Amino acid sequence: MSDRHLGVTIYLTAIIALVLTVLPLPTWFAIVRPQFLVLTVLYWSTMRPRSGGLFLGWSSGLALDVFQGPLLGEHALALAFTTYLAIRLNLLVRAKPLFEQSLFVFAALMGYEFLLWVIDGWSGHPLSTPARWVHTLTGGLIWPLVVGVMGRFDDSR
Amino acid sequence: MAVFGTEVDRPLYGRGPSPGLRFTIYALLSVVLMYYDQHGQWEQRLRFALQAAAYPVQVAVNSPSSAWRTLTSRFEGQAELRAENELLRARERELELQVMRASALEQENAELRQLRDGLPPLIKSWQLAEVINVETNPLRQRIVINKGTRDGVHVNQAVVDGSGVLGQVARVGPWSAEVILVTDPEHAIPVAVVRNALRSIAIGSGNSGELLLPYLAVNSDVKGGDLLVSSGLGGVFPAGLPVARISGVRRESNQLLAQVRAQPLAHVDHDREVILLQFEPSHPDAPAPNPPIAPVPAAPAKPPPKIPDGEQ
Repeated sequence: MSDRHLGVTIYLTAIIALVLTVLPLPTWFAIVRPQFLVLTVLYWSTMRPRSGGLFLGWSSGLALDVFQGPLLGEHALALAFTTYLAIRLNLLVRAKPLFEQSLFVFAALMGYEFLLWVIDGWSGHPLSTPARWVHTLTGGLIWPLVVGVMGRFDDSR
Repeated sequence: MAVFGTEVDRPLYGRGPSPGLRFTIYALLSVVLMYYDQHGQWEQRLRFALQAAAYPVQVAVNSPSSAWRTLTSRFEGQAELRAENELLRARERELELQVMRASALEQENAELRQLRDGLPPLIKSWQLAEVINVETNPLRQRIVINKGTRDGVHVNQAVVDGSGVLGQVARVGPWSAEVILVTDPEHAIPVAVVRNALRSIAIGSGNSGELLLPYLAVNSDVKGGDLLVSSGLGGVFPAGLPVARISGVRRESNQLLAQVRAQPLAHVDHDREVILLQFEPSHPDAPAPNPPIAPVPAAPAKPPPKIPDGEQ
């Protein structure tokens, strides 16, 4: 697969994930909805650490900020950090079976949400409902599915 | 060709700045953005542009449901339309009677206030906007509407529906605006109980059917069924717009504050159209614009008057 093809695929999947993230859903579905865009970024940065890169993470975070951030740059920072971790640890994570990968993803999502929570608190938008943490759990649970679906797009693997 | 550094063969280390350095750069960039979003001015313009960029996605996301609505309304049977028409006519008659009474009351009110002429109508103008995106979860209760600065929408504009206060405009783009609903946990609206003019603040609960009034003392005179209207403080909503109805009051003897819950009158979670209001500033009930909270300047704002040099 050519560079160009892969680049287009990466940004296309990111846009689809963004649409899934902002799609209006009834309250309870919205709570358990995983952060699709974060999962997509995690996939590309662990499976193809040289292709997506930090720019993908940062720009996806910025997109999330525009749609649902109280503060511009908040999701960008959190997602850039998560992407950085995923890129550094990609060899470690990729070698593990899917179940253990799910645990890593859960931990990454917890870190991501924790950063958001801290920034929310500092900037004066403190929201401490337990509901904000639910997506970390569902995100970890659907990780095997994400790998399966994204593997279809990522045809050289 | 590389799309923003997406090269398959690029080594992780060795060429270009290391991931750690690049992460630091992106992190600094984010922190600068956050700082300016909190304090800056030029950020407004960037937000505005980003809001415009987000508009197509919001419209696209909403298009399946709006297409479905168009389709169903097209195939609505004649009988249904007639029934709806009948209902609307009855409602109109009811409203006509109310308005008749209201104009007499308004006149009386003006006389009581010793105004020679009747007051100008409180609502100077209004416009209808369509809801193009809804977000109702415990963290954020927002809607996006299809009117922006091009239609004269501005931040802090009051938004209502047919039955009560819905929220206020939080952000505007050129063609769209984000409305923060009264039920958003970050929203607070100054209210008054109609029965006894008791004032308090209603805060969003994150649940689209509930507002909380956490600042009422245990012995304050509220009970289930009381109507809450906006009190006119706060500079966004005029006095007297219906907001919510008290749905439950719990008093515990070991606590200083009562736990009061209220149900918003506006149909927060299933409105398709909302009304943006513009008020007549000369009306006494109109919201008084708040003086902006400016940090106390270290130096005097005005330069001290110059002492004219005497001719020597």
